[in-house]
Amino acid sequence: MKVTPLNQIHRQLGARMVDFGGWDMPVQYSGVIAEHLAVRSAAGLFDVSHMGEIEVSGPHAFDFLQYAMTNDVSNLETGQVQYTALCYETGGVVDDLTLYRFAADRFLLCVNASNSDKDFAWLQDLHKKTEYSDLSLINRSEEYAQLALQGPVAAKILAKLTTTDLPAITFYHFVEGTVAGVDTIISRTGYTGEDGFELYCPAEDGAKLWQELMVAGQPLGLEPIGLGARDTLRLEKAYALYGHEITADIMPLEARLAWITKLKKGDFVGRDAMIMAKEAGLARKQVALTLMTSGVPRDGYPVFCEGREVGYVTSGTMSPSLKKGIALALVETAVANSDQLLEIGIRKRRIPAERTALPFVK
Amino acid sequence: MDFPEGLKYTEDHEWVLVENDIATIGITDFAQDQLGDVVFVELPEVGDTVEVGKTFGVVESVKAVSDVYAPVSGEVVEVNEELPDEPEALNNSPYEAGWMAKIKLTDTAALDGLMDVVAYQEFVAKD
Repeated sequence: MKVTPLNQIHRQLGARMVDFGGWDMPVQYSGVIAEHLAVRSAAGLFDVSHMGEIEVSGPHAFDFLQYAMTNDVSNLETGQVQYTALCYETGGVVDDLTLYRFAADRFLLCVNASNSDKDFAWLQDLHKKTEYSDLSLINRSEEYAQLALQGPVAAKILAKLTTTDLPAITFYHFVEGTVAGVDTIISRTGYTGEDGFELYCPAEDGAKLWQELMVAGQPLGLEPIGLGARDTLRLEKAYALYGHEITADIMPLEARLAWITKLKKGDFVGRDAMIMAKEAGLARKQVALTLMTSGVPRDGYPVFCEGREVGYVTSGTMSPSLKKGIALALVETAVANSDQLLEIGIRKRRIPAERTALPFVK
Repeated sequence: MDFPEGLKYTEDHEWVLVENDIATIGITDFAQDQLGDVVFVELPEVGDTVEVGKTFGVVESVKAVSDVYAPVSGEVVEVNEELPDEPEALNNSPYEAGWMAKIKLTDTAALDGLMDVVAYQEFVAKD
């Protein structure tokens, strides 16, 4: 199994480790609910070193990425981050990712761990099919450790360890600086819906950065956070997770990701299929649901409308903030657009579920 | 980890307290620790008949759904009505506030197949 540079630290902290797509990762330390609430009320530190990093550079890097990505890279300035996706010709999703622009001709893609190799191979194939000879694609996944420092006091903690002007880094922007003497890409991004940072540093410095952050943060309530709470935190904010809300068989347009799908920017991979599907009328649409009685919706559970199965849950959990079952589901468009009562099938029961304005937790 | 004496244990990590012909059942400290934060509990209804080895309840943590198998056969005579509203009792007090149901035994022979505390601790150590 693959390990991050922080594996030993997780074990020393007594984390429960799980196989997460081939990575030996902490699913929880003190407990999912306590960790979740720590991030909402103070701050949490996540090891996300399993995420992949792919560098794309060269005179044609922009043109190549504009063709590969669903979002409009021309809106991405140096020092800015953009949430975007790679799609197949069918319009289904290869992966969702954040795209960093370091210079006019140099970008870094932060991709899902379990898709990292697939993404790199996909980009290499795409490179071969395009005319952009002057392009460099490098998989730098093993060179980086990545930590996410998230929560309302994240900036206060980070400020103790850096001279970088943190208030100057606005949401979805980044700078290169040092944190605790470690060269770090400081990115004001995250997957929790709280203020916070994603910090990229050389793999060999990952353990030092973690330890320094924990020492600086503990007086302010910083806790180590596992993948369990990472999932409940992102779901309360309705952030998509690859393999759930988006897959090779689900288009971004079906998953409330029209905002990263710029059909008018010019040609890109998957665009034709998306336009055709849109003109024909998308068959499915994502809805957000909150259970009206107790229960825990989970991915794969069927969704019913007037006794008929009309879709399925893509992600569900018990929201630690709301103490209610919450779910994202993919259902027939007509049903999604109606106000008919929906029910989620949980084992032998069908639990009524209210349509919910997103995010679940404001 | 807490392993009270005087209880019987199953390989599915349930405990059984037998008093006359009534068996009180729940999940063990080891089980709750493995599950993590319990957020939902489904119990049988009073009057239901349960059969040893068959599902008689469900315990859900944030991450997973786990069936609870009846360690004995009999009729459900009482369930812990407070548990569905306070599922965290399974984490905080698995042997007391977290009890799940009381079953009137139809056949006490099944109890012979259960482990005592020493055997259960050995079983957990090997698990």
